[in-house]
Amino acid sequence: MSNFNRRHFIKTSTAIAAASALPFPMLNIRTAGAQANTVKVGILHSLTGTIAIAEKSVVDAEQLAIEELNKSGGAMGHKIEAVVEDGASDWPTFAEKARKLIEKDKVAAVFGCYTSASRKAVLPVFEKSKGLLYYPTYYEGLEQSPNIMYTAQEASQSVIAAMDWLMKNKGKTFYMIGSDYIWPRTTIKIAKAVLAKGGGKLVGEDYYPLGHIEFSSAINKIKGAKPDVILNCVVGGSNVAFFKQLAAAGITGKNQTLLSLAVSEEEVSGIGADNTADTLTCMGYFQSLKNPANEKFVKAFKAKYGANRVVGDTLECGYIGVYLWKMAAEKAKSFEVEKVVAASSNLEIDAPEGKVKFHATNHHLWKHARIGAFKPDGQVNMIYESPLIEPNPFPKL
Amino acid sequence: MNLDMFAMQAFTGLSVFTILTLMALGLAIVFGLMGVINMAHGELMAMGAYTTYFTSQFFSKYLPSLFGIYFLVGIVLAFFVTFAFGWLLERGLIRFLYKRPLDTMLATWGLSLILQQLFRQFISAKEVEVTTVSWLKGAWQASENVSLPLSRIFIIVLAVVTAAAVYAFLYRTRWGLRIRAVTQNRAMAGAAGINTERVDAFTFALGCGLAGIAGSSFTMLASTGPTTGQAYIVDTFIVVVFGGVESLLGTIASAFMIGQMQAWFEYSMSGSMARAGILLLVIVVLYFRPNGLFATKVRRA
Amino acid sequence: MTTSTTPSTSTAPRGANLWGVGSFLLLALLLFVVFPLSMDVFRLGLAAKYLSLAFCAAGIVLVWGYGGILSLGQGVFFGLGSYFMAMFLKLEAAGNADSSSGTALSAFFGSAGLPDFMAWNSVEVLPWWWEPFHHVSFTVLAILIGPPLVAFVLGYVNFRKRVGGVYFSIVTLALAAIMAIMIIGQQGYTGGVNGITDFKTFLGMDLDTERAKFVMYFITAALLLLCVAIGAFILRSRVGRVLVAIRDREDRVRFSGYDPALFKAFIFAVAALFSAIGGAMFTLQVGLASPSLVGIVPSVEMVIYAAVGGRLSLIGAVYGALLVGWAKTFFSENFVEFWPYLIGALFIVVVMFLPTGLAGLVDRLRGGFLRREGR
Repeated sequence: MSNFNRRHFIKTSTAIAAASALPFPMLNIRTAGAQANTVKVGILHSLTGTIAIAEKSVVDAEQLAIEELNKSGGAMGHKIEAVVEDGASDWPTFAEKARKLIEKDKVAAVFGCYTSASRKAVLPVFEKSKGLLYYPTYYEGLEQSPNIMYTAQEASQSVIAAMDWLMKNKGKTFYMIGSDYIWPRTTIKIAKAVLAKGGGKLVGEDYYPLGHIEFSSAINKIKGAKPDVILNCVVGGSNVAFFKQLAAAGITGKNQTLLSLAVSEEEVSGIGADNTADTLTCMGYFQSLKNPANEKFVKAFKAKYGANRVVGDTLECGYIGVYLWKMAAEKAKSFEVEKVVAASSNLEIDAPEGKVKFHATNHHLWKHARIGAFKPDGQVNMIYESPLIEPNPFPKL
Repeated sequence: MNLDMFAMQAFTGLSVFTILTLMALGLAIVFGLMGVINMAHGELMAMGAYTTYFTSQFFSKYLPSLFGIYFLVGIVLAFFVTFAFGWLLERGLIRFLYKRPLDTMLATWGLSLILQQLFRQFISAKEVEVTTVSWLKGAWQASENVSLPLSRIFIIVLAVVTAAAVYAFLYRTRWGLRIRAVTQNRAMAGAAGINTERVDAFTFALGCGLAGIAGSSFTMLASTGPTTGQAYIVDTFIVVVFGGVESLLGTIASAFMIGQMQAWFEYSMSGSMARAGILLLVIVVLYFRPNGLFATKVRRA
Repeated sequence: MTTSTTPSTSTAPRGANLWGVGSFLLLALLLFVVFPLSMDVFRLGLAAKYLSLAFCAAGIVLVWGYGGILSLGQGVFFGLGSYFMAMFLKLEAAGNADSSSGTALSAFFGSAGLPDFMAWNSVEVLPWWWEPFHHVSFTVLAILIGPPLVAFVLGYVNFRKRVGGVYFSIVTLALAAIMAIMIIGQQGYTGGVNGITDFKTFLGMDLDTERAKFVMYFITAALLLLCVAIGAFILRSRVGRVLVAIRDREDRVRFSGYDPALFKAFIFAVAALFSAIGGAMFTLQVGLASPSLVGIVPSVEMVIYAAVGGRLSLIGAVYGALLVGWAKTFFSENFVEFWPYLIGALFIVVVMFLPTGLAGLVDRLRGGFLRREGR
């Protein structure tokens, strides 16, 4: 078939087609492209479906940052206009919406995605259509796309520091448990390598399907193995079940060292602070950090969304993503993706988590790993803070 | 495996059995007796859980001295709230679909989408924390190395009480008699003066109310959030069908079998593989018992 | 649960043949002329995505509407087709890994030629069952033969034992769940929960050009129409009549000397074939294969497409998939957080007021029209 000719024909006949009575193509009435003094950005998270539990508040943080920037003059004098799309916890939908944001809305950057699977689904879209994604979640690494900026820690930035600290301070036998998908499996793989190097011993390793809510057998196995440390890589709603059932079985932070890699202050509000009290967590950011940037951030967030809201690591990473994009664009004096990316190299920001900066080449941030213990009010008491750790998304084990 | 571990795993099996029983009783009535495939059953459990959450909020605000009993009040309220919702649902939607069982599945699937989004927008997109009352926290130290969580013991008792109550209700009361009469021969029951429409609504509402009880008591073990129901529905469905849809006793037997499988599989392999193993066994068993574990030997017209 | 209250084809009014051909041609006109003329590449790509789901819906019309078998596991066959295609594409992408893509850093691990996710998972040698997927001919054969074969064996074994109705639904549902768990658990070989993504080319053709998208759209539409035609042909043949008879009175058909299991397994296999083709086309166009397309939720959604379109109409199923797909996209673009209400309401309204779906509505309107004409 002479396809090229048909395509030509199709293009020339769009005007006629526009008059056809089909309802569907008429739906997109938003005008594409930025108007004179505004710049469009996309926000792409799950507002519905199973992951919305975690993602909706990231949208709040990103919108707060955009609002703050607009109050102080926007980005390069342009008012920032956010187009919000719902990824619906469904990966093909994420790809569809990413394409829509880039091709139809012509956004300068997208802030979005939470799970690795959603990021993997949109990655080819961003690379092909030359978009720019700011990704706010701690993840397993093993990726470095020219079109994605990663504002949270990759696996090695938290788990290696956490394992070193645990083996030095808490003991050498470990039970590792995680949800069954790539982040826990990769994290535990790195953790096991560190453990072997440090002469520690693995007494158990267990994976449960995402969303699993019955941990009775796992807890019995832990009781039988009597580890010094439980390394918890369970994520999402399963954590509520895991912690409640641990507490019911008499295992608490008081009598057992347990370090979670995916429990921030936000998750605690669903788990119940009395169930997490005295357990450890390792993150890049805690709400309780003492510095002016953080105090301003927490105050602004609570003022906008309510005094009983808490912020956690992913929220903060989403928040600084917007600022990092604005700073890079102003440094580059352009919203063009390539120039913004180039200007991001070594870009430093005074963030709520302290001064952090982009790596010269690999699109990740230099970050602190922080270990803290949960207090009975759900906030974190920081015990240990590492120096800035170089991001290394492809660690040699 | 030593004796202590055996005891604790046996208890786990018992606990999972009773949890599955509680989950499935409501659906077994709605599905088994009425032929309605209620895909929103999980969301009704979430509704029960949220009712408990609001009860706890109310008690901690206005009756802090009585906080210890809020949970019992919460369970009862959860039953009545979901019962009432079930009644409205039956009158407003389900009763038009009795002749088309598979269509009830589609309509209730739509309903479950709506309910989830309502929870998400009007309560919270995040999970809410339902505090476990202090007398159900911790574990009973049965021996030096065997400790049994109080919350699970409570659920075992609750399941036994609920199952006994359902049995007594169906087989020892006039209402129960009417329900059985209508499900066995609707026309004849109507001719005998039973208001079959009211019986339908009541039966459906009862099934929903049982979902509320289950959801309420599970707040001790798991999360309460907009998608909580999704975590329950598949297991519930499998338990009911595996037992043989027309038999309440079958439902209980199937809950027992699946509970035991889960406890022992999860002990000997990773949680994910255990799950796959259980599902595979369900397929295999259905091959040998094509109409469920407790098939009623009736000839279908 | 196997009984259906709606009338079968045999009671269709005279002129049904003409009507069937007419509505088929109308669909062809819509897919081949109206859509390409009225949509830009982005919307056309979405249409292609919905159309690849329509394959499953058409298959469900055959097994559910005419075979009386409600399968809640069509995602399994969709997934097999999708993964087979993804394996081929991934190997092709890994073969010429010169791209600067973020995931194409497998060279970093010293294992070029291997799919990126295998390198991350320390899988150093391509598993033997991946090897044949280097060849496009094997891949196509696998898609066309594998899923139907699985379906036929599974169906025949179970139908022989008279596992039917809701029990067979549970078997298929459990199967879908098992497959999703296995794919997620074996991430070194399957890409795990992330699925298989980031393809470059198909037989050297860059998949992300406008030209490729047009070609893919037309191939999808053509294959779909072919499947609809095959389905219609089967239903009109003797097999179709026997099937309807089995659906309505299985025992009588058995006493007449037929083996109902054979017929049911056959139609189940045909539906699996449709789903697998749909899965392969989905992967080619959306650019990923994911366990989230295999499990229970997508499998149930596929049934819903068929129900919305009309469970007795192959063409209705296509419209059903298009309508639900578009409704989702439209609602979620325009009412970001309210779309679940609208979709939920759509299902309820269809079930309450259009028990035979869109196709039933059209039939009713036409029936009224014909009657009036006659008078």
